[in-house]
Amino acid sequence: MSDLPLIHVDHAVPAPATATPSRGGRGRRLRLLSRTDRVVITLMVLVPLLLVVALVWLPALATVALSGTDWDGIGPISEIDWVGGRNYSDVVNIYPPFVPAMQNNLLWLAALFVVATPFGMFLAVLLDKEIRGSRFYQTALYLPVVLSLALIGFVWQLIYSRDQGLLNAVLGSQTDWYGDPDVNIWAVLVAAGWRHVGYIMLLYLAGLKGVDPSLREAASVDGASETSTFFRVIFPVLRPINIIVLVVTVIESLRAFDLVWVINKGRNGLELISALVTQNVVGEASRIGFGSALATIMLAVSLVFITVYLAVVMRENRR
Amino acid sequence: MSRPRTEAEYLARLVPSSVAGIGRRSLITGVGAGALLGTGLLAGCGSDSGSGSDSKEVSVGSNQSDPKPKAVIAKVMDGFKTSSGITTKINTVDHNTYQENINNYLQGKPDDVFMWFAGYRMRFFAAKGLTGDLSDVWGKLSGYSDAFKKASTGDDGKQYFVPSSYYPWAMFYRKSVWKQHGYQVPTTLDQLTALSAQMKRDGLTPIAFADKDGWPAMGTFDILNLRINGYQFHIDLMAGKEAWTSDKVKKVFDTWAGLLPVHQPDSLGRTWQEAAQSLQQKKSGMYLLGLFVAQQFGNDEQDDIDFFTFPEIDPAIGAKALDAPIDGYMLARKPKAEANAKKLLEYVGSKEAADITVKNDPTTLVANSGADTSGYTALQKKAAELVGSATEIAQFLDRDTRPDFASTVIIPALQQFIKNPKDIDGLVNSIENQKKSIFTS
Repeated sequence: MSDLPLIHVDHAVPAPATATPSRGGRGRRLRLLSRTDRVVITLMVLVPLLLVVALVWLPALATVALSGTDWDGIGPISEIDWVGGRNYSDVVNIYPPFVPAMQNNLLWLAALFVVATPFGMFLAVLLDKEIRGSRFYQTALYLPVVLSLALIGFVWQLIYSRDQGLLNAVLGSQTDWYGDPDVNIWAVLVAAGWRHVGYIMLLYLAGLKGVDPSLREAASVDGASETSTFFRVIFPVLRPINIIVLVVTVIESLRAFDLVWVINKGRNGLELISALVTQNVVGEASRIGFGSALATIMLAVSLVFITVYLAVVMRENRR
Repeated sequence: MSRPRTEAEYLARLVPSSVAGIGRRSLITGVGAGALLGTGLLAGCGSDSGSGSDSKEVSVGSNQSDPKPKAVIAKVMDGFKTSSGITTKINTVDHNTYQENINNYLQGKPDDVFMWFAGYRMRFFAAKGLTGDLSDVWGKLSGYSDAFKKASTGDDGKQYFVPSSYYPWAMFYRKSVWKQHGYQVPTTLDQLTALSAQMKRDGLTPIAFADKDGWPAMGTFDILNLRINGYQFHIDLMAGKEAWTSDKVKKVFDTWAGLLPVHQPDSLGRTWQEAAQSLQQKKSGMYLLGLFVAQQFGNDEQDDIDFFTFPEIDPAIGAKALDAPIDGYMLARKPKAEANAKKLLEYVGSKEAADITVKNDPTTLVANSGADTSGYTALQKKAAELVGSATEIAQFLDRDTRPDFASTVIIPALQQFIKNPKDIDGLVNSIENQKKSIFTS
């Protein structure tokens, strides 16, 4: 795999300053970069850095800090009481929705990873075959991703409603798709998968279109079957896309929120960490401290995946 | 479109009508999150517009977003303009959004006068200093019973609230259905159980029930608690003073568990509107809900709606207490036009304003007893009598206790109970543990 052009790009420009003595190195760098260059580079580093710090790191740190308090969102910051780890022990010990929420988040991840993502990739491979009407299928499959959240909630409400829904009318059943806590998570996963498949399909299709056709030709000259061409040649070549698809899947399942919120605000079988955070922090409840503890737990879980991802990407770059 | 001038106006724009229609309490997160981030910024915009005029105009924050009540508010404000010459500016926000954002709203730049409910939450905001003292306005008001004055009083003994309307919770039914089957109004729990059994035999769902949104079941809990343990226990339980693990609370759940089989099944997937429609379509025999259930009936069917108060369970307690939430107005902490705002509050508490409401809104009752109620429908008259004869009036579970406790503990707990009515001990233990943590903070 190391002979692929994609991966060599980083090594094409060797670091200029490493081999030269320090004084000379400094002078040479000054000559290389004009004043304007330096200003531009400084700005290009500073502006995004400030944005990331102000919009990502500060709120994240504030959340972690607030999770140790019992702030109710009213009154000045000076009046906030520090309660240490009480919120965390409450979350784990006496908050009934927490465990189902963790389970549901993992179930969500598993369902998207095992079913929806492979299916989306499979559809992308099919559409890549230039079958008739592929543009139509492409649009049809991608449509759920474009639709607004409110509309999606409405569409599935029409299908799943116990008394007036399409599904019960067709099947002649009396299943309470949204109300029965043993059933509703699966019903929602179908809806979530419906959306996810389209997203993955489009990402993967874009990757497939970029594969050098000569690779396929070479494989078929060598007598490889369609299946083995895909698994032995195309799939490894698409490694960068595969990683993106993987990351997108993980992100989507961790931040899953909108569908369950539209349905029943993440209660009664549809608990998700993100919904619990919102229930507690946003709205009249204003349990900012408690909600922040939940958010911090979510952050910690996300960090595990982010660390794994960064480790993989960095190892890739070193090679 | 012009730039929104207040946060309320900005929030109102964020709610597409398609979403607002999904359910009474469905909230669009984007709005909530946006409000969290945007409060300071938008509040800044709001203050500019105020300083531009001479602050004659009074701004009013309204949560009456349904077409009918919205028109009534507009008429009341018109009446105020005619009588005083002071103009008002109404900022209407979707009911649920308004309630969800109240904390940020009051801490930002709220409207001079805003609509809210009586109960714990009113006293809480008053104690936090987020609303204005209305004792002097109350000195000029007349036509209010002591019960209403008490409901308008904060923990410090001052008044912070002007009641405008209220509605009782009761068991609603269709006269035609009951006449057809010859049902009699039950006055004891045994009679209610017998009636339910008869309805089942007649092919009806005895009691319509829905709890998808989490709050309707609170009404059932409240009324059983009021009947079994009485009003004072309800207030103490809601204030966190009584233990949820006590036998009194367990008895409430036990009684409820006995009644669950005659309630409409699969209630956790159903909205109150759907349950009310099953009553309207004569599929269900009765339904415990607020007077607003009438909204789900056509105009020609209004005369067919009747109700009875939930029957007695313990003769020592009786059946005289009920939930009758009061809606009304409050004054912002630092109103831009304070004198005019107080004039407005005096007006909305007056007989004239109540008369306008009576004329235009058949689904609510006015709080001012001086109002001309000859325009009431038969249903309204009966509802007013019911509340008038009540010995104690509770506000409703989520208005009588801390909102964080009601929404993050009680809603999931009651849904858990409906799913599994057998494990009452585990349920009350879980509630009590969470209550201790929340009420001590």
